[in-house]
Amino acid sequence: MAVVPNMPKSWRVETKPHKFCPGCGHGLVLKALGEAIDELEIQERVVFGCDIGCSLLSWDFFNCDSVQTHHGRTTPVVTGVKRARPDRICIAYMGDGGGYAIGAQHLVNSAARNERITAILVNNCNYGMTGGQMAPTTLPGMKTQTSPYGRDTETMGYPTQGPEMVAAIAREGAYVARGTVANVRRLKRYIKSALQNQIDGKGFSFVEALSGCPTNWSTNAQKTWEFIEKEMPQYFKVGEIKTPGKKEE
Amino acid sequence: MSEKPIEGEKRVFMTGNEVVAWAALAAEADIMYGYPITPQNEVMHYWTRLAPKYGRSFLQTEDEISAGFTTCGGVLSGKRAFTATAGPGNILMQESMTMAEMMRIPTVLVVQQRGGPSTATVIYSQQEVTMTCFGGNGEGLRIVYSTCSHQELYDYTIKAFNVAWKYRFPVFVLGDGYQAKMRESLKMYDPATKGIKMVETQPSLGLAGVPGVDREPSHLRNTYNTEEELCEVVTNLVEEYNKVVPEVVEYETFETEDAEIVLLGHGIVTRAAQAAVKTLREQGIKVGHFRPITIHPFAADELRAICKQAKKLIVIESAQGQFERIVKEAIYGESVPMESYFKPGQGITGEEIVEYVKKGL
Repeated sequence: MAVVPNMPKSWRVETKPHKFCPGCGHGLVLKALGEAIDELEIQERVVFGCDIGCSLLSWDFFNCDSVQTHHGRTTPVVTGVKRARPDRICIAYMGDGGGYAIGAQHLVNSAARNERITAILVNNCNYGMTGGQMAPTTLPGMKTQTSPYGRDTETMGYPTQGPEMVAAIAREGAYVARGTVANVRRLKRYIKSALQNQIDGKGFSFVEALSGCPTNWSTNAQKTWEFIEKEMPQYFKVGEIKTPGKKEE
Repeated sequence: MSEKPIEGEKRVFMTGNEVVAWAALAAEADIMYGYPITPQNEVMHYWTRLAPKYGRSFLQTEDEISAGFTTCGGVLSGKRAFTATAGPGNILMQESMTMAEMMRIPTVLVVQQRGGPSTATVIYSQQEVTMTCFGGNGEGLRIVYSTCSHQELYDYTIKAFNVAWKYRFPVFVLGDGYQAKMRESLKMYDPATKGIKMVETQPSLGLAGVPGVDREPSHLRNTYNTEEELCEVVTNLVEEYNKVVPEVVEYETFETEDAEIVLLGHGIVTRAAQAAVKTLREQGIKVGHFRPITIHPFAADELRAICKQAKKLIVIESAQGQFERIVKEAIYGESVPMESYFKPGQGITGEEIVEYVKKGL
């Protein structure tokens, strides 16, 4: 008998195995999201929107109504859905380029308006789908296709501190956290808190997930994990940044 | 919910932007997403004042990119959603409108043309024809109504929702700054009293039942993997669009039956052209006028028939040949001589058309 791996109930089995590269972190983030959806029993109410870039490969990932949009435009599409259907649990799933560069205005303004949506952003320090270009989140000195000598902070600035930026703009009621695929249990807790925040109608919720891209980093398994666990947290602090009702850390 | 915004029929005197807001209300539009740009602003101003009284919603977005995409989100949720814009805002909305074309999202977008290129003027032009008809990286799978009066702004804004939801292509109401800002009288009405039934909306996302258990999930995409796959998708879209064309295409003619000179103009320019026809006819000059109402798709066969008998066509527009290009494509192969009268970004009067026609006799 075939062994069926343990998958979240909200995953669509027919579209598995998924289409992400081996070693990619998206699968782990989507597993955490799937389990959070299961535990909150919201599968029926979820509208899942995904961006362009690697995140688009999640367009048929869940047994949830889903829409794949344009690069950076998932936040407004999902905002449009939520405004029209406040009873739905609306999730915008994107990468760092989609959220912090081409769609930054949407992320910032949705946060400022305290849209009752949940944005989940996968940070892997580069543009994966297009072949590994420098992203807003590329680490100083890190080599990419468009920073072949390493990111020069003099001319290209420092990595975008996404959750910190969102937390600075979002008002009372917003939930903001940064998790990592190096600790999926904790990441799931953050995603669940973010979704719960939307369910409770408190405000905007945002979770950045630190993730790996061995294909474009040209790293083996060991180096990939070292980078996620040791390099990335030097610039991206994991933890809850804004939690309604709680004192900020 | 609340009572109808307009009971029966009502004669009013107001600006075109106000007309659009009332028409959207009468058409049972649920939500407007918008971003400020002149000369469209008052659509939002009136909508935001009126909408809450009738249980409708509004969201002011961070830019027109967002206004277009939130409109797509609203429509995908099964709501009659619309937006309005002009000029540079129209540029930004083209991105979302291509998504609407690809995914058959029945959006409604009201464009009040201003001068171009760039920021240009906030006043008036017919320079958003190419962009509104063919904008984006696609094939122009959309329906564009070019209105000429406040009555038409009212009629076609209501119609836009029905045509969009019936055929599932994005629909544009192409007005201009003159129509937006000037006041004129019209009859507003409850669509039901005219026998107009609003086409029912359907959600594409957020359907009832547990996906994968009670029903298949709705998985919507606009990305395809292979050339062959995309070619098939687009070919099918074009085929469906072409099927719709004969049902939606609209035009008007004025004294074209025996016309030797035929004036071609659309939108508000038709009013000057109609006035010119009247004056010239009084002077015994055989002039007629053809006016597309759907500037895209275009009533090509009907114009071709006119070409057979006309001795000269004159294309008149407040742009440098954007409308003329549509005309040329539509009547490709006809031998009738064609002249043009272009005033990019400037209004055109009946008197100057009369003068131009007479000079050429």
